[in-house]
Amino acid sequence: MSRSPKRPSCRCSSWMMNDIHVYIHLPFCKKKCDYCDFLSGKYDEDTKRAYLDCILREIQYYGPLLSDRRIRSVYFGGGTPSLPDPSYISRIIKTIRDRHTLKKDAEITIEMNPGTTDERKVKEYLELGINRFSIGLQSANDDELKALGRIHDFDDFLYLYDLLRKNGASNINVDLITGIPHETFSSAKRSLETVCRMDPEHISVYSLIIEEGTPFFEKGAENLDLPDEDTESAIYGMTRRLLAEYGYGRYEISNYAKRGYECRHNLAYWDLLDYIGFGASAASRIGNRRYTNIRDVDRYIRSREPVFEEDILLDDDECMSEFIIMGLRKTSGISLDDFSSRFGRKIREVYGESIGKYEKEGLLEIKDGRLSFTERGMDVSNIVLSEFV
Amino acid sequence: MNIPQNHIRNFCIIAHIDHGKSTLADRILEKTGLLTEREMQDQVLDNMDLERERGITIKSQAVRTVYRAKNGEEYIFNLIDTPGHVDFNYEVSRSLAACDGAILVVDSAQGIEAQTLANVYLALEHDLEIFPVLNKIDLPSADPDRVANEIEDVIGIEAMDAPRISAKAGTGIDDVLEEIVNRFPAPAGSADSPLKCLIFDSLYDPYKGVIVFLRVFDGSVKPGDRIHFMATGKTEEVVEVGYFGAGRFIACDELSSGMVGYITASIKELSQTRVGDTVTNADNPCAEALPGYKKVNPMVYCGVYPADTKRYPDLRDALEKLQLNDASLSFEPETSVALGFGFRCGFLGLLHLDIITERLEREYNLELVTTAPGVVYRVHKTDGEVIELTNPSNLPDSSEIDYMEEPVVSAQIMVSTEFLGSIISLCQERRGVQTGMEYMEETRVLLKYDLPLNEIIYDFFDALKSRSKGYASFDYEMKEYVRSELVKLDILINREYVDALSFIVFRDSAYERGSKMCAKLKEEIPRHLFEIPIQAAVGGRIIARETVKAVRKDVLAKCYGGDVSRKKKLLEKQKEGKKKMREIGNVQIPQKAFLSVLKLDDE
Repeated sequence: MSRSPKRPSCRCSSWMMNDIHVYIHLPFCKKKCDYCDFLSGKYDEDTKRAYLDCILREIQYYGPLLSDRRIRSVYFGGGTPSLPDPSYISRIIKTIRDRHTLKKDAEITIEMNPGTTDERKVKEYLELGINRFSIGLQSANDDELKALGRIHDFDDFLYLYDLLRKNGASNINVDLITGIPHETFSSAKRSLETVCRMDPEHISVYSLIIEEGTPFFEKGAENLDLPDEDTESAIYGMTRRLLAEYGYGRYEISNYAKRGYECRHNLAYWDLLDYIGFGASAASRIGNRRYTNIRDVDRYIRSREPVFEEDILLDDDECMSEFIIMGLRKTSGISLDDFSSRFGRKIREVYGESIGKYEKEGLLEIKDGRLSFTERGMDVSNIVLSEFV
Repeated sequence: MNIPQNHIRNFCIIAHIDHGKSTLADRILEKTGLLTEREMQDQVLDNMDLERERGITIKSQAVRTVYRAKNGEEYIFNLIDTPGHVDFNYEVSRSLAACDGAILVVDSAQGIEAQTLANVYLALEHDLEIFPVLNKIDLPSADPDRVANEIEDVIGIEAMDAPRISAKAGTGIDDVLEEIVNRFPAPAGSADSPLKCLIFDSLYDPYKGVIVFLRVFDGSVKPGDRIHFMATGKTEEVVEVGYFGAGRFIACDELSSGMVGYITASIKELSQTRVGDTVTNADNPCAEALPGYKKVNPMVYCGVYPADTKRYPDLRDALEKLQLNDASLSFEPETSVALGFGFRCGFLGLLHLDIITERLEREYNLELVTTAPGVVYRVHKTDGEVIELTNPSNLPDSSEIDYMEEPVVSAQIMVSTEFLGSIISLCQERRGVQTGMEYMEETRVLLKYDLPLNEIIYDFFDALKSRSKGYASFDYEMKEYVRSELVKLDILINREYVDALSFIVFRDSAYERGSKMCAKLKEEIPRHLFEIPIQAAVGGRIIARETVKAVRKDVLAKCYGGDVSRKKKLLEKQKEGKKKMREIGNVQIPQKAFLSVLKLDDE
């Protein structure tokens, strides 16, 4: 897309950091869930092999570009990264180690779905140095899991969780979704309590969004027996309170963690740090360049060189806007000093009017040199953030 | 070219909408050889795209054609087209006044409709010779004998021998042409008397100035003559005279008594040449003007605002351009707290309003927000002053008002007996007073009602159609002003008065209208960070209320990972949505909300 040299480039480009974060997209699933609009689905073995080759090639391709960068985190997302044989993961990690500098204490996460993993896999992941496991549970209620089109039940999850703990996994995340078919206030509360009692280090709670192109969208939201607006709001409020009771601190709109277990990889997105994505549909940000790989597995495999869905050079204004939009998702918000040192301007000079307005309305606050949402502000953050785009 | 006056026929075609007037006009022009096949557009007389799409004729025009009759003689036909809608009643009457005869086209399947009657009465008022034509005989449902009977019974003109034609298929047209020669009288009047012409239309041309369409009754006029417009009092020198070819003007040396043609005289403003005015020779004037002239006044007013406030100057330019060719359109600037800068526009009726707003949107590419249309109320103040109220916001304080009057029309509705009950209740709901009811046939009834104009300008026609499954037809004319219990209904959003939503309503309807408006607005106004009361008030007293609850949660709690674009797009969409809103106090109101309240009776 636009890489016109006329465009003033953002100071981000000179604000090169030594560290980088790596995302790897593995789109394979046993079966695609009915609400999912990520690039994922069933693929045959040949495609999986070819895809792996391309990922490895892509990692090598960017070798020179990242030669002086140290990798602080690696994240295997999907799809279902736990589906293919662990040798698949091991070849990727090996290539990264060969071509790049992977820091010793790097956070390495793999997303897993219950019903796709056995003990052999878990052991091998741990041997490879994977130190964070993110399980897509979504709900602890079997009827709700069925309604979402998941392939597993709650017992499958328990089996996987025990397996991980037994083998020494010490950093586990559990993903949940609220606002799903058949859900009630009490069923949502039960799911949350069940998970909290198991004591994972990290819990993410997302809202179901009916996205175009999914079976849910085809069926129509009105035919899905979704909780109504008021119930959903109540669940949303309860989530925050309940997780706090169990000692999980909210550090982003949808993310909660025991102290010290915040996900470093995700924080990189919200802190507008550099990250590079490998695989179809993976997104990258390096300095003021932001691009997304082609969102199509076949085209990704076929092309010899990277093909992009989007490839943009951001100007100063866009970088500032993204810094705020992403940064304010964190409960700690953004540091005013960070902003000034990054962009050479005070945040008040640029956004003084909007900030003042929402401060007055009690949605934003400035405290200890940071700008952040109040609790109420976070609940209605879209209204506020839409003024910063 | 010297044509004996007795070889001229000046006539029009009258019909209910869709009964085939324009098609018959095309066939006449075709048969008289004025046009080659190649020149033939589908409908020659309607030359605005919009007219063709709506299937109605807006501006009256005329065309001159030469016919060689069966008796071997050549005749000049001046076919004067008339607008077919009640909004343009006065223009119709002036067009008829320029004719000596009228062809009455009746659909042989549908029979007489409300406009058929209205047009016949109008033609009779002007002493026109009328002969009927039974059209659409090729339709399977055609029953020309029944319809001929109906014409004789209801209208009382001979119809058994009427030409039975299909204008579409081109059958029977020769009979019509012969009837024109034989049935219609040649124009009366004398070429030796002082000049006396009737203006029946005019057109603005950027090169020639105003082109005045007229019928010469007495005398003659040629370039260089000094002419006098008797109603406006202006005097001008004639630059050009001529007649109407198909779609073009053909200059000639002189127009004399009995002829239909045009003159130009370097006139810059259309308002100077009023339809119905008499033109005479300034140096040898006629004794008195032709009867029937009146100044047409807009009957319906509404506020017209650009959706994008920056396009206010474009809207003004567009209105000025439209006015060049439509003297009945009036507008003056107004401002609204809610909608910014716009214009209060006056129209002849709702159709006229629709046509103008559509042309603004289509031809000038403007997106508009219009306020509820209202009629002209007469406010009698306690100090004796009488105000003609066109904008509800200007209503004086109730303490200053002695009483108010509203315009009432007399309406004719033709309906089959099957739907009689529901149409009568519709008229009653709209405060109608029945003035007559006549059976046309066993199954069809002509209902006569006096109805307040403000009850029919919103959606009466739609309601009529839906309650009669599309079979009722309707026509009306302005009758009088009557005293009425009227109040101004105000809408308050978050306790702020929204001027663009105020309107005048009959006192007993205020509660119902107010409740409906509040309910509708509640649907249209998005949830805000705070609770928003929506209230309807009459004279400061709240009569209805709804509440838009505060938004509890509007947050994107989805896992998008590093995909910043999608997140941004959602926020951008939200921002775009906000831009299209109007701000009242601290409430964002979508423009759609202003339009939605115009259609309260959709359910």
